[in-house]
Amino acid sequence: MEICKSAVAGTLESSDAQIWVEPGDGELELFIDSVVEKQYGEEIRRVVLETAASMQVEHGRITVVDKGALNCTLRARLLTAICRAGEISYDFGGRAE
Amino acid sequence: MKKRLRRTMLYVPGNSPGMIRDAHIYGSDSVMFDLEDSVSPQEKDSARLLVYNALRSLDYGDTELVVRVNDLRSPQGIQDLEAMVRTGKVIIRLPKTECAADVEECEREILRIERESGLPEGSTHMMAAIESAKGVLNAKEIAFASERLIGIAIGAEDYVTDLKTNRSAGGIELLFGRSMVLLAARAAGIDAIDTVYSDINNEEGFREEVRLIKQLGFDGKSIINPRQIGPVHEIYTPSEKEIEKSLRIMEAIEEAHRKGSGVISLNGKMIDKPVVERARCLLERAQAAGALKEDESYGG
Repeated sequence: MEICKSAVAGTLESSDAQIWVEPGDGELELFIDSVVEKQYGEEIRRVVLETAASMQVEHGRITVVDKGALNCTLRARLLTAICRAGEISYDFGGRAE
Repeated sequence: MKKRLRRTMLYVPGNSPGMIRDAHIYGSDSVMFDLEDSVSPQEKDSARLLVYNALRSLDYGDTELVVRVNDLRSPQGIQDLEAMVRTGKVIIRLPKTECAADVEECEREILRIERESGLPEGSTHMMAAIESAKGVLNAKEIAFASERLIGIAIGAEDYVTDLKTNRSAGGIELLFGRSMVLLAARAAGIDAIDTVYSDINNEEGFREEVRLIKQLGFDGKSIINPRQIGPVHEIYTPSEKEIEKSLRIMEAIEEAHRKGSGVISLNGKMIDKPVVERARCLLERAQAAGALKEDESYGG
């Protein structure tokens, strides 16, 4: 899906992450600012790119301000921001795991 | 089968990642992730995705997991169900239940989602919170409305507002509502959970209320702070003296059965069926709380 407008989700509280998604023409750009960047920067990058790919987001800019969020929190915040940017509701359909 | 204790049900705001991560470490019997009143209307979408992803990723051990969804008449309620039922891990707590039809509607939606997602039909359990005068008057039909119900709870804040009063220290205004909810639960054979006590700094007031609701017969209480867990568990765990007395009653009845005697007595006192039943329940609770060794037989 295309990111047509800017959106944000999450907070700057401890254990959370604030994630911005913005429109962009070229390849997906990712900016990470994390309190644990040295140890977990690559992991954060992997989770964000996988989550974006699961929503077919291929263009635009994603900015993550991480305050020590777990992977599941990063995933949730990015999905929320993408859905807000696309003005869609997340589709929980399909079979349970 | 070991009885599932529901002495403490800890509210966890659904949009707080730190609290969601740590929810189970304090030792409450149940954790209730809240998507309803503790989440602002603008953040309903993010809370739903946060709790959904946490439930799919985190291991909460043996802690019972409950999610309070939004009213199914609101646009958010059905989406909450779509997400939470699919995790296959939670009990759905329905807020502001006013009649059997509310429970039945929720059950229909849950069944649809179970079928769509390939979950076993009937595997998702429910709780109903009663928070209005109408709900209290319909407590019986609510408690009997679905096989999926494992308990009903009274929510006092909305209820006393509906009564046009407020909460007092002694809780006299809640006596009728609590009694109705309790009786309905007992008649239906499900658990009865009491409302929250909001003043977390008033431990003596809190203890007083816990003693009251235990005496009324409630299985436990919704709580809003981990500090409230200890006092509830302490008050709800049978004392050694109570356990000892109950064990003696169970021994006496077994002895009488062995002798083929119809009359059961202990220390010269007649022991009748309700006394035995109370002793059995107390020992069941003691065993579930770890106050009685698994291998201690009590004929239960």
